[in-house]
Amino acid sequence: MDSATALGTPAVKKKKNGLLYQLRTNWPLFAMLTPGVIILIINNYIPMFGIIIAFKRYRFFGSFFESLIQSDWIGLKNFEFFTKTPYAFQMTRNTLLYNAVFIVLGLIIPVFFAIALNEIRSKRLSKLYQSFIFLPYFLSWIVVSYLAYSLFSIESGFINKNILAPLGIAPVEWYSESVYWPFILVFFQLWKYTGYNVVVYLAAISGIDPEYYEAAEIDGATKWQQIRLITIPLLQNLMIILTLLAVGRIFNADFGLFYNVPRNSGSISSVTMVIDTYVYNALRNTNNIGMASAAGTYQAVIGCITVFTANLIVRKIDKESALF
Amino acid sequence: MSSIDQKKQNEIGFVSNLLLNFMFLVCVVLCVAPLLLVIAISVTDEKAIRDNGYSFIPAVFSSKGYDYLLTAGDAIWHAYGVSIFVTVVGTILSLFVICMYAYPLSRSNFKYKNQFAFFAFFTMIFGGGLVPWYIVYTQMVPIKNTIWILIVPYLMNTWFMMIMRTFYKTTVPESIIESARIDGAGEFRTFFIIVLPLCKAGLATIGLFCTLNYWNDYYLPLVFVSDSKNYNIQYLMYQTLNMVQNLLSSSNQAMNVNEILANLPSESVRMAIAVISVGPIVLAYPFFQKYFIKGLTIGAVKG
Repeated sequence: MDSATALGTPAVKKKKNGLLYQLRTNWPLFAMLTPGVIILIINNYIPMFGIIIAFKRYRFFGSFFESLIQSDWIGLKNFEFFTKTPYAFQMTRNTLLYNAVFIVLGLIIPVFFAIALNEIRSKRLSKLYQSFIFLPYFLSWIVVSYLAYSLFSIESGFINKNILAPLGIAPVEWYSESVYWPFILVFFQLWKYTGYNVVVYLAAISGIDPEYYEAAEIDGATKWQQIRLITIPLLQNLMIILTLLAVGRIFNADFGLFYNVPRNSGSISSVTMVIDTYVYNALRNTNNIGMASAAGTYQAVIGCITVFTANLIVRKIDKESALF
Repeated sequence: MSSIDQKKQNEIGFVSNLLLNFMFLVCVVLCVAPLLLVIAISVTDEKAIRDNGYSFIPAVFSSKGYDYLLTAGDAIWHAYGVSIFVTVVGTILSLFVICMYAYPLSRSNFKYKNQFAFFAFFTMIFGGGLVPWYIVYTQMVPIKNTIWILIVPYLMNTWFMMIMRTFYKTTVPESIIESARIDGAGEFRTFFIIVLPLCKAGLATIGLFCTLNYWNDYYLPLVFVSDSKNYNIQYLMYQTLNMVQNLLSSSNQAMNVNEILANLPSESVRMAIAVISVGPIVLAYPFFQKYFIKGLTIGAVKG
């Protein structure tokens, strides 16, 4: 408004663009936004201010805001304690490494599957395969943990009782042997999400103009050449964007996977603990608000930087696909 | 005609086709097998499980797991009811919130659309983390001990909102809204009588997204719920599985394992709960699949 006046825009126009004028004439649109705004404030914006909890010795003083203000400042003490634990390094390493593996495999496998599903001769079989591969996405992590338990249970699990025992191999204590878990976790992550990503890439492939392929075929291009020179280059943007967005969220682990599938078992936590599960356990199981908020704030701040950077790059490639 | 013939010729070779089909068959088996295992366990006799372990083919068939659910599973049906209530009410309310938030953002002549869009997007970039969020819902908004704690935190979802906005933009031409305005219809009338009926596919898509979100949620009860009256089916399953683990890990101490096992909720009952919790999703799977693909297509192209 100020700049409009400075530029000498007529007063009438200024009035029309003003917030009050908009509120009066467009009040129904503002009214429609209100419920969402209220939920966002309660659920997201007020907790953002709560980030100062990490710099305080939080105690409860009757109401949330009062506690926030009255609790004593302790500066970076919470962070000092947090970085001195061996967990800080462990959980950061696990979060980053697992996510890196998920990003790479979550790109290669779905793209390969999507192209393969598109090329299979029988369209009906292709649809059928797609339906089955997509199914795990719809199961909750609790159900997935049941599935994993039925495979890995020590007393009666399928693998111990019906695969290892007939082969004469001693039963494995799956929930306390950390060597297996990197593979198990990667398997279940792919198991649950591959179908979802395949659907996304298939949608992009079906959007490719068939004339490209017809023209290529007339020029005598083989199927492999068509995939290499038409399909993949046209998927490239989507691949880059989805990967960058995933890289942006590299500090956020999938809580459901890391908490439920290993069933929060302590003896394998060196390979299953990620930032999200540490924060949950510190808050709800050991009741250590200081540690939990320090780890949470560390994740929020670094995560914000990575998301922001990734988004900036995405914007450079394709403005429409950027988050903001 | 000739183009159809050409398309038929432009196919991968016989051997590659065979190999790819084989690969996908293996994937299908991998995806379905764990589910079949759980179903098989749920209809296996308890003693057979103890003797042979979990197996795909029940050594001795028994419907005891389901009989128990029908006769004595009060806590289970209560949790099931909580899940149904939360899913139905939550989906309706959050459809309401999301659709109303997305609509003004889809209107090119709404001056503050970018500001409000950013207000929502910003929550995807930055968040306070679990601790302040937990404290807000336990100390500021007094709903921790009510069923609303399982609904309110998921009412607004920025990603779903963005997809809904794209639905409006692609299916409702501005000229229709403009002509409704000229005919004297207010914004609310236009929205509910003209815009929403045009976006039935969008409503179904977002509605199913929300349904899955609420039905599969274990996180809100895990974080907030202490009173068993607000357990939903997912959380009840989580508790049941954990109970077994805790009992077994303390088993070396005093009691003998068999005594504990005799008192446990039986293995087949537990797996039967898992089956009934997945049941509605599998039954409605064709709908889920159809509309999720629709939503993901829009989300992938413009999101």
